[in-house]
Amino acid sequence: MLAHNLILILSVLPFAGAILATTMPVTARNAEVALAGGVMIAGLIALFLLFPEVSDGGVIRRTVEWVPSASLDIALRLDGFAWLMLVLVYGIGLLVVIYARYYLSPSDPVPRFYGLLLAFAGAMVGMLMAGNIILLVVFWELTSIFSFLLIGYWHQNAAARDGARTALIVTGAGGMALLGAMILLGQVVGSYDLDEVLAAGDIVRAHGFYPWILGLFLIGAFTKSAQFPFHFWLPNAMAAPTPVSAYLHSATMVKAGVFLLVRFSPVLSGTAAWFWIVAGTGMATLIVGAVIALYRNDLKGLLAYSTISHLGLITALAGIGSGGAIVAAIFHIMNHAVFKASLFMAAGIIDHETGTRDMRRLSGLRHSMPRTAALAIVAAAAMGGVPLLNGFLSKEMFFAEAAEWHNGTWLDVALPYLATFASMFTVAYSLRFILTVFFGPPATDLPKEPHEPPTWMRRPVELLVLIVLLVGLFPQALIGTVLQSGVLSVLGENAPEYSLALWHGFNIALMMSLTAMVLGAALYLAAAPRLSRANEAPAFLSRVSAQSVFDRVMLIGTRRLPLAAYGRLGSRRLQVQMRLIVVLVACGAIWSLWGATRLLPLNAFDNFQWSFALLWFAGCACAIGAAIQAKYHRFAALALLGGAGLVTAVTFACFSAPDLAVTQLLVEIVTTVLLLLGLRWLPKRMREIPGDQRPQARARRLQDMVIASICGAGVAAIAFAVMSVPPGLTIGDWFRRNAYSEGGGTNAVNVILVDFRAFDTFGEITVLAIVALTCYSLLRRFRPAPESVALPSQQTFNELPPISRKADREAVDEPTRHDVMMHVPSVIMQWMFPVTIAISAYLFLRGHDLPGGGFAGGVAFAIGLLLQYLATNVRWIESRIIILPIRWMGLGLLFAALVGMGSALFGYPFLTAHAQYVHLPFIGQVPAATALLFDLGVFAVVVGSVVLIQIAIAHQSLRSARLRAREEAREEEAREAPQPILPTTPPAPPPITPQEAR
Amino acid sequence: MEMILSLSIGVLVASGVWLTLRPRTFQVIIGLCLLSYGVNLFIFAMGRLVTGAAPIMPKGGFVDPDNFADPVPQALVLTAIVISFATTALFLVVIMASRGFTGTDHVDGKERDS
Repeated sequence: MLAHNLILILSVLPFAGAILATTMPVTARNAEVALAGGVMIAGLIALFLLFPEVSDGGVIRRTVEWVPSASLDIALRLDGFAWLMLVLVYGIGLLVVIYARYYLSPSDPVPRFYGLLLAFAGAMVGMLMAGNIILLVVFWELTSIFSFLLIGYWHQNAAARDGARTALIVTGAGGMALLGAMILLGQVVGSYDLDEVLAAGDIVRAHGFYPWILGLFLIGAFTKSAQFPFHFWLPNAMAAPTPVSAYLHSATMVKAGVFLLVRFSPVLSGTAAWFWIVAGTGMATLIVGAVIALYRNDLKGLLAYSTISHLGLITALAGIGSGGAIVAAIFHIMNHAVFKASLFMAAGIIDHETGTRDMRRLSGLRHSMPRTAALAIVAAAAMGGVPLLNGFLSKEMFFAEAAEWHNGTWLDVALPYLATFASMFTVAYSLRFILTVFFGPPATDLPKEPHEPPTWMRRPVELLVLIVLLVGLFPQALIGTVLQSGVLSVLGENAPEYSLALWHGFNIALMMSLTAMVLGAALYLAAAPRLSRANEAPAFLSRVSAQSVFDRVMLIGTRRLPLAAYGRLGSRRLQVQMRLIVVLVACGAIWSLWGATRLLPLNAFDNFQWSFALLWFAGCACAIGAAIQAKYHRFAALALLGGAGLVTAVTFACFSAPDLAVTQLLVEIVTTVLLLLGLRWLPKRMREIPGDQRPQARARRLQDMVIASICGAGVAAIAFAVMSVPPGLTIGDWFRRNAYSEGGGTNAVNVILVDFRAFDTFGEITVLAIVALTCYSLLRRFRPAPESVALPSQQTFNELPPISRKADREAVDEPTRHDVMMHVPSVIMQWMFPVTIAISAYLFLRGHDLPGGGFAGGVAFAIGLLLQYLATNVRWIESRIIILPIRWMGLGLLFAALVGMGSALFGYPFLTAHAQYVHLPFIGQVPAATALLFDLGVFAVVVGSVVLIQIAIAHQSLRSARLRAREEAREEEAREAPQPILPTTPPAPPPITPQEAR
Repeated sequence: MEMILSLSIGVLVASGVWLTLRPRTFQVIIGLCLLSYGVNLFIFAMGRLVTGAAPIMPKGGFVDPDNFADPVPQALVLTAIVISFATTALFLVVIMASRGFTGTDHVDGKERDS
């Protein structure tokens, strides 16, 4: 049981730490290190406690069922191999956390760094422990995303942005391929559970999908592990801070690909295709990486290509796929992580203390930083495969496998020679690293005076190098059992016998090693003078590069093709786009419904009513009138629109929908007021727009009329066809039967809204609140058009708007025509305020049993407030009532959510309601379901949103008054100045002619 | 009645579509309002037209669904009414701001060139 909880902790802890880390203050460097280090140490302790459970090939599982029918579970699984990788993730993570504390400068935001680092560690842990192959892909993609963010940590640097983007595109595309492979694999096996997949190797290899699965799977693994020809993202990613490189590009992220190869080798390996592709790619990467590494002048560039080369070695081992090869692969994963992490850190120290990573400038650092030099030399020797160090042991195993394993192909015959050839270059670049940086005369023109780094920046390197040495000397004693458990968990009963001894006698592998070393040293000595002059790559490789191919593909795919498509198909004109959409939708509807017999009407003219026909005669006239008048007679159009709305409300009332009728009527009022307020800021369109009667314009209108008529006729036909068929059984029956027994209310519509489908309503009020806030914030920067700034004629006493701005200003304080004309209505409206509020309360309270509810009540309440604004003016009303619409909205949302969550206290799902009746004095029995409380939240949000939108628009008139005052002050200033200056404000509106004003 | 209502829905939709294809922002906003009436009535009509039977249930006892109006389209339309108010408001604010910034009420933000 403890083990089950521990693996849960292992996977959750880094993410929890990440959330905590990002919320700390920017300067809390030591606290961040303590937190991140604490997480890593806790993880290591948990792993230590878990080891006995997995040491003999055991597996710990923990599954949380999610969608069992689709075999999608959140399954965690820990075995020996994953354990070993997790130790790398947590152990090297701990060292990187300490190292980064000294590496990052005080100006770097540490919360982001540690937050992302922990989140990355969490994604990596999840990937390693995933027991479901879909879950594995999810975490796999998460590592890509967090690595993107970490590589781009210094986002002010263009190289970092490019490197991050390249890495994301390559590894992200690989992740998509991997998802495809996993889905196919799951289909073939019949389960997405990792254990079942691992046990189904024979089925998979015999299945027709095998080539597809293998291809997609390998694209995923190769992109992640930077295998040729996808290797180019890794050198670009060196723009990342060095701690990130040390963590991601040595020990964790790039190892995910080879982890996957080894993990799935029991399922997918053993075929010719696997051998040729995997071993071939691995060998090609091994050689290409090693050769280019020799030519790189940048320290981190050398290490990056060296990493590519070593990953190629591990891939080649996985491609061979024999028991011994798998042992060697696992062993080399560990060894490489240790020495490469220490080398990256050493390179970071050199960069940090000298100011450069260019090997053409660095020289003789052993004098100024002897300890760092000693550490880096040992680690580089391990990289080159020098005996007594850990890199030597796993490389020997590789040589032995290359030489002793046979399947009779030419690649198999060539393997030992290729391996020796690559190893020669490995020795040469390791030598170059050691000799140019640390030996020779001390460099004189370095950007900084070199010296030893802070002690604790060096400690992680010291520890890693100590491991390099100890593992190299006492392999069996130190990691024998760990390696054994890893091998057992991958190979099971097929695990081979092997020995981790230092000395196996003068065998063929040792001969290969010695040959490589001698030849490598000779190669370096021969090539050394030319290396720094070569252009970062051998001549034959500098012409073709995967990078340039990638850049070309990206340029064509993301710029040229879209531009060409846009040029042919696109339009910047909204009308053209709209027409296209409408026509497409209409064609789609016609195409799918053509000849559908079930849409033929059954009985026409069943019950004709003159009153209803007359009602809709008026309604249709209003609609068509609004359509015709909307261009030049906007106020008329608005009035006609209101007419159509009223007819709609009456129709709802006719056909047994009182709730809808009430709400439609109230919303109609609010919408009309809203549009009236908006009209103030839109042009008064009385004069004809030039070119409006040209033949093209007429043709366009005619064409649109045809389109619109087709749409209308189609909708009418569908509506009629549906209405003339009896409904049959619908979901509505269930709601009608259970509204009272389950929801405790007799108004089924309201019960659906606040109980059965309350979650939808919750979403809807959230949308309403968002819209209101958007309106509010859009209007905060509102700039009225110049010709709308002047006071409208309705607010002045004169028929004509004042020409002089002075008169305009005085007009603000004088009683206006508006005040006089509105005197009687405004008194009535003020008196109506309490009545409106009472109606709102009434609508709200009866909602559960009778027509009404939160929406209707809320809109009624808002109208009550709105009337006060209409009756007087903004200043008058706001000196008397303080309305805080945003608080209404916020509290309403909070209240609705809390009521919903309250059901969790009693063990019911979110938004489960409880219903009963209470007796209120004077009012009587009132339904007091918790749904009513939820409805109260709805009520508050509706009030807040409607009022906020209206007030935000109403307040614009204050703004324009201020604008007028400011312009006038500026003009007076200009008048006082001796010479005329150009006006900086938009030119004053042209004088408005009397005809237009009327 | 079915015939009248469906014809009316057709007229509302046609007027709305025609207006949304027009060049002035105010025409488009009026068009969207008309379109939303049409669509709301259409959804409502999917519950069939019932007169004199509101969806108010008795308290307990057997409920025969045929004697009451279908509450589902009504609940859908109720939310649709409120949401179409919100869209109208948002669109209005956008066209106000757009007119302030561009000086024109053409939907493209500039008058037609020719």
